[in-house]
Amino acid sequence: MSMTDPIAVFRMEAAELFEQIESGLLDLTHRLDDKDQIDAVFRGLHTLKGSGAMFGFDALAAFTHHCETAFDRVRKGEKPATSELIAAVLAAQDHMRALVDRPTDDHGNIGDILLSQLQRAVEGDAPVTAPAQTVPMEPVVKAAKSATNTWRIRFSLPVNSMVNGTNPLGLLDELRDLGECRIAVNTSAVPSLDVLVPTDLHLSWDVTVTTDQPRSAIDDVFIFVLDDMQLDVETLADSSGTASAEQTFQAEQPAPVAQAVAAIIPAVSAAPVPAPAVEREAPSANDARQAKAAENVRVPAERLDELMDRVGELVIAQSRLRQLAGSSMDLQLRSVSEEIERLSGELRDTMMVLRMVPVGSLFGRFRRLVHDLARETGKVIELVTEGETTEVDKTVIERLADPLVHLVRNSIDHGLETPEERRAAGKDEAGKIMLSARQAGGEVIITIKDDGRGIDRERVRAKAESSGLIQPGAVLADQDLLQLIFAPGFSTAAQVTNLSGRGVGMDVVKKTVETLRGAIDITSLAGQGSDVSLRIPLTLAIIDGLLVRVGTGRYVIPLSAVEECLELSLEEDLRSRGRSFISLRDSLVPFLRLRDLFRTGTKPDPHQKVVVISTGTERVGMVVDQIIGDHQTVIKSMSKLHHDVATFSGATILGDGSVALILDVAHLVAAGQQQEAQVRAAG
Amino acid sequence: MIEAVQTNDRQLQSDTHWNSDGELEVLTFDLHGETFALEATMVQEILDLLPETTVPGAMPFVGSVINFRGKVIPLADIRLAFGMEAAETTIDSRIIVIELDLQGEPTLVGLRTDKVNEVTTLAKTSSEAPPSVGMRWRPDYINCLVKRGGQFIILPNLQAIFSFRKET
Amino acid sequence: MTARILTVDDSASIRLTTKVTLSSAGYEIIEAVNGADGLEKAKSGQFDLIVTDLNMPVMDGLTMIEELRKLPAHTGVPIIFLTTESDADLKARAKAAGATGWLTKPFDPETLVKIVRKVLGR
Repeated sequence: MSMTDPIAVFRMEAAELFEQIESGLLDLTHRLDDKDQIDAVFRGLHTLKGSGAMFGFDALAAFTHHCETAFDRVRKGEKPATSELIAAVLAAQDHMRALVDRPTDDHGNIGDILLSQLQRAVEGDAPVTAPAQTVPMEPVVKAAKSATNTWRIRFSLPVNSMVNGTNPLGLLDELRDLGECRIAVNTSAVPSLDVLVPTDLHLSWDVTVTTDQPRSAIDDVFIFVLDDMQLDVETLADSSGTASAEQTFQAEQPAPVAQAVAAIIPAVSAAPVPAPAVEREAPSANDARQAKAAENVRVPAERLDELMDRVGELVIAQSRLRQLAGSSMDLQLRSVSEEIERLSGELRDTMMVLRMVPVGSLFGRFRRLVHDLARETGKVIELVTEGETTEVDKTVIERLADPLVHLVRNSIDHGLETPEERRAAGKDEAGKIMLSARQAGGEVIITIKDDGRGIDRERVRAKAESSGLIQPGAVLADQDLLQLIFAPGFSTAAQVTNLSGRGVGMDVVKKTVETLRGAIDITSLAGQGSDVSLRIPLTLAIIDGLLVRVGTGRYVIPLSAVEECLELSLEEDLRSRGRSFISLRDSLVPFLRLRDLFRTGTKPDPHQKVVVISTGTERVGMVVDQIIGDHQTVIKSMSKLHHDVATFSGATILGDGSVALILDVAHLVAAGQQQEAQVRAAG
Repeated sequence: MIEAVQTNDRQLQSDTHWNSDGELEVLTFDLHGETFALEATMVQEILDLLPETTVPGAMPFVGSVINFRGKVIPLADIRLAFGMEAAETTIDSRIIVIELDLQGEPTLVGLRTDKVNEVTTLAKTSSEAPPSVGMRWRPDYINCLVKRGGQFIILPNLQAIFSFRKET
Repeated sequence: MTARILTVDDSASIRLTTKVTLSSAGYEIIEAVNGADGLEKAKSGQFDLIVTDLNMPVMDGLTMIEELRKLPAHTGVPIIFLTTESDADLKARAKAAGATGWLTKPFDPETLVKIVRKVLGR
C-alpha cells in the first residue's frame, strides 16, 4: 500500500479507531461509569468523524456525528451510559465500518434505523434535537470585487498577543496588500524602559487604506484576533461623503455555557438489561496497552518484510565473508569478519524483535465475538484473557486469527452449557472462556480453555466410526481420539447451528497450525471443560537449522524438531533393506531414505546418518548422506508454483549463494507413519 | 502422481497488450531453434546461468529454484511445457526473470532460454492466431504468431502455461 | 530559510494530509501524535509555527498550548489549532490558552497554506 495516499491511511486509521471504540464499549458494558473509557470512545468517534469528513467520507462523518453527540452528553454527565446505548453504538459501529469500506454504496435506511435506536437509547422515546450541522468555517473568504473605498482603520491588540504568536507586522503587511496604505503608529501607551516587558504589545495603529476589496476583507486580516481586539473601521470616501463608524468589536468574555449545561443532571434511565457477556481483564495490562499505542510508529508490513530480506541477505553475505576470512591468513580481515559477524547477529536479533507484536491485538477481537455469541446463544459467558503482552511474530498473529475464531466459537457452541444446564450441574451460571498466551522456550503457547461439559469421547468415536475416519472398535490413544475433532469433515454437533456446526473450520485450524510448524494439544475432562493449546514457534523468519546432504543436494531440517542423530552402519543399512524400521534403543522407529524419496540416483555415502525428528509424540528417522552442521536459516517462502510440493516448507540461501530447501517436518513425519502403516498392513 | 493439466474452469487471460498504434515492445529469445517473444514490460532482468537447486517432487517444467537477489524464485523450462526436449546449456544460455500474476499474486519466475536476442517492436498487423490444427504444440499455450523476416515469432501464453492444476 | 512547522494530530490521515500540503508549499514538517509528544518535540527544537489538533489522547491540545506558553522559548511562536469544533466557546478557551489562530476541519489544503502564510507573514 502506498503510504502517501491519505485515503488508504485513513482506512487503516479507521480500522484502529474501530478497535479502540469497540474495546472501550465492551469495557463499558461491565463498568458503565468508567470515565476513561467514555473519553476514549468519544475521542475515537470524534477523530473518525473529523478525519472522515476530511477525506470525503461525508456519510460516515454525518452518521458518526450523532454517535459522537450521544457520547459527548455521556461524557459531560448529561446522560448515563446504559447497556442500551452501548449496544446501539456497537451496532452503529458496524454501519460505520460499512460506510468506510463502501462509501459510495447505497446503504438504504439502515443508518436511520440505527439512529432511531440510538435516540431511544439516549432519550427514552423523546425526539432527539436536530443535530447541529458542522459547517466548515472558512477564515479566508474570497472577496467579491466591489467599488473602491477608502477605509480608516484604527486598531490595538491585546497586550499578550505577541506572546500568543500574533505578528502585528504581518497584519500590517496584509493591510498593505489590500491597496494603497498609510500607516501611523501610536506609541503613547508604551511604558518607560525600566518597566517595559519586551514581549508585551503596547502599540496601536491608525491605517488608511484605499481598496476595491469589501469590508469583510479587512475583518479577514484580523480574523484570529478579532474577538479580543479594539478595531474601528470607518469609510472615508463612500458615496455619501460622510464618515461613519461601522462597527466596534469588543473583547468577549467566554460565556459560562458549559457550566450551565453540565448542571442539568440526567433523570432519564431506561430499565437496565443485564449484559450477558462480562469480561475481566487486568486493568494494568489495558493501561499499558493504551500507553503503548501512543508511542507506536506505523510501518507497512511489507517494509518490514523488505527489511527482513535485507537482513537475511546480510546474514548470508556475512557467512561467505566468514568462510573467506577463515581460509585467509590475514589477521585484519579475520577481525573485521568477526566484527561484522557480531553486528549482523545483533541486527538480526533486533529485526526479529521488530517483527514481534503482542498477542493482545489478536485477543482484542474476541471480546466482540464473545459478546455477540452470548446474545445469540443465550449463554452467559465470561471471557478471561491472560498474557496479552506475550509477543509473537506478526505473520503468526495474522495466520492464527481465523483458527482462533473457530476454536472460540467451537468452545462456546459445543463446550459451554446453557445457564439452566449449568445450574443443574451445580456450576456457576456464567460459563468461562479463557484465552491465554505464554512463552515457553522457543514456542508460544496459546490456550483456549472452557469450563463446559468437556468433549464426549464416545460421541467422537461414534462419529469418527460412522464417517469412516477410524475402523469400528479401533484402539486409539486418548490424545489421538481427541485429535479426531480436527479431522476434515468432522463435527460433533448433533444439531447444526449457524455458529460452528458446519464441520468446516476445525480441520483448517490444524492445517494452519501445521503450516506454522506448530502443534495442537487437547485435554478434556467430562463435566469440567476442555483445553486446546496451540504451540507455535516464536518466529517464522529465521530458525536454527541442521544442514544435511542428500545425494548432491543440501537440505535444512529445523533443529527444534531434531531429537538425535545416529550413524547408520553399512550392516544396519543392508539389514534394514526391505523394511522401514530401525531400532532405536527399545523402540522401533519408522524411517525414510531421503535419497530414495528425492530420487537422487546417487550411491549412499558409506557413513550415512539417521536424523530422528519428532512432532511431539511421533518420531521418524530420516536417512541422509552427511550431516554438515548447524545453520542459521533465513526462511524464504517458495512461490505458488511449488505449493504442491508438500515435502518442503520453504527454502533458504546458503553462504555460497545457492539455495537449500527446508524439510517440512510435519509432512515427513506423517509420510513416515503412513509408510509404517502400509508396511504393517502388507506384512 | 502429479501431472499438469490445463485449467478449463476459468477464462484464462490471454490478452496481448498491443498499444494504440497496434505495436508491442518485446524481448525475443530462442528455444530449440524457434524464436519466442515476451512483452518487454514483464521482463525484470536477464541473468547469466546461476547455480540451480532441484526441487524433488516438483513438476519437471518448474523443477528447480534459483537465488535471484536474495529471493528464491522458481526456474521454469517452457520447452518442457511445449513438449520439447530439455537441452544442454551453452555459452549463450541465459535466464530471463519475468514477473507474472499467479492467482492475483505477482510472482517472479526465471525462464531458461537458449539465447536472448533483442528488444524489438512487433506490429499487430503481421500477427495471426495460432492455427488450431497442424501445430506441433498446444494452441492454447500460444497467444499469437507474428511474422517477421520470413519466420514466425511465437508469443507464448504464459498465463495458460503457468495456470496448471495438479491432480493426484 | 525554510520555516519549520510542528504538526500535532492523533489522526495519521490528517497528519499525512497536513504534511503533504505544507511540505509541498515549501515548509519543513515535524510530526507529533499527541499533546505530550508535541510538547516533547517542541522543547527539543525551534519551530516557526505549531499546528495542533485539540482533542487527542494522553494530552489534549489545550493543555499542550498552555504548557508551551509557559516556556520562555515558546512565547511568540504562532500556534494554529485545527479542530472539528466550530464552537465559539472552545475557540475562546483555545485563545485564552495561547493559540494564535484556528482552522476548522474538514479543511481545504489551500486554506491551510493561506493561513500558514498569513501567520508566518510569508
